[in-house]
Amino acid sequence: MNVLLLNYGAGNVTSVLRAVATAGANPRVAIDSGDMAEADAIVVPGVGQFGSCAAIPHRMRMAVFEATRRGVPLLGICLGLQWLFEGSDEAPEVPGLGLFPGRCSRLETRGFSIKVPHVGWNALDRTARPSRLLDGVPAGATGYFTHSYAAPVVAETTATAEHGAVFTAVVERGAVFGVQCHPEKSGLIGLQILRNFLTVAGSPR
Amino acid sequence: MLTRRIIACLDVRDGVVVKGVNFSGLRDAGDPAELAARYNRAGIDELVVLDVTATLESRGASLITVSAVARELFIPLTVGGGVRSADDARQVIDAGADKVALNSAALRDPTIIGGVARRYGSQAVVVAIDARRDGSRFEVRSRSATKAESRDAVAWAREAADRGAGEILLTSIDRDGTQTGFDCDLTAAVSDAVLIPVIASGGAGKPADFAEVLTRGRADAALAASILHDETQSVRGLKAFLAERGIPMRLEW
Repeated sequence: MNVLLLNYGAGNVTSVLRAVATAGANPRVAIDSGDMAEADAIVVPGVGQFGSCAAIPHRMRMAVFEATRRGVPLLGICLGLQWLFEGSDEAPEVPGLGLFPGRCSRLETRGFSIKVPHVGWNALDRTARPSRLLDGVPAGATGYFTHSYAAPVVAETTATAEHGAVFTAVVERGAVFGVQCHPEKSGLIGLQILRNFLTVAGSPR
Repeated sequence: MLTRRIIACLDVRDGVVVKGVNFSGLRDAGDPAELAARYNRAGIDELVVLDVTATLESRGASLITVSAVARELFIPLTVGGGVRSADDARQVIDAGADKVALNSAALRDPTIIGGVARRYGSQAVVVAIDARRDGSRFEVRSRSATKAESRDAVAWAREAADRGAGEILLTSIDRDGTQTGFDCDLTAAVSDAVLIPVIASGGAGKPADFAEVLTRGRADAALAASILHDETQSVRGLKAFLAERGIPMRLEW
């Protein structure tokens, strides 16, 4: 299975490669937009500033979008999830992929009780919508989050998290998945999430 | 609800984990990668690796140690010690760290905080502050606490946050290695002054010390070394103790 990672200089590609490999695939970093034509699955990692998504070349952006149209499974992690939405207040001039409606906005601090960035292990609260990404993940399970901006809760949200406000922790429609926490840094639960994604990627479509 | 974090710290010198009392008189405690693997299984929430003598001896954090430790982990890893520039930060992050801890270098040139934050995001920047009581105030010290700085810990934490730090790692020099409890006054003073998470360090002894610093000390996370390394205290036992007292904890991993 050809699992391709999009590297645009935002965050730790090494640890995502290692975690995806541990979950059972043999991932590699996409060299150029032409690579995407061959992808069986695409992972968009990322951490940090939404503005760094501007480093994704237009052709790569279109290639990823086209791949999702063909039904190639896509997993956006953290900033990668936010990129699946229309955009973010963090860098209003940088467009998202627009696969999910709405814009990401800043989490509000509330003194000692709510600090931003939202850093640490927080519960993944399931919504009524069934989740393939969280299959086998027990209720009350936590993931490791580190972010200051968050995506709104939409119809496709399968899990939320709460930090001052309630936001999308996991979103999925068809073969397009996004997760706000870092599965590569979320212990065995994170590895289960990655395995679930690879299971979808390995199923006939 | 966001849980409070329990963080293990590996103080490394020449590739070996050591732990000092009040930063001096270091004693041997084991192989970093081996300890990291054990912590990953034991349910620790994060790991910090500090090359405690890197600044004193003017060399960068050992990248071999960083990558050996990173290979064992599926939890966040912070690395500090001798990170003097955005380029040093890049090397440490490329070796597998998720965050870099800046201490002496940030005191010498505070603009490095913003430099690393712009490149990797604030979440990758931990400003480590070593503070010592001076009457009712807290004085910042650098270079493994050997050098006095003309700065107040609370003011410095506030400046670090303004410059783009994502977290503060706050060590009480007076309590470090003593196992007599965290300095809750210091921790609360800093935590109240900034809107970013504060990790309390120095003085971890018994489970009640953690409970106190995570409540009265208003710490977002608590860090320990010796008592966890030599298994005086199990991670699971500690978390169960804190959860029973109503402190949100990550109990499944």
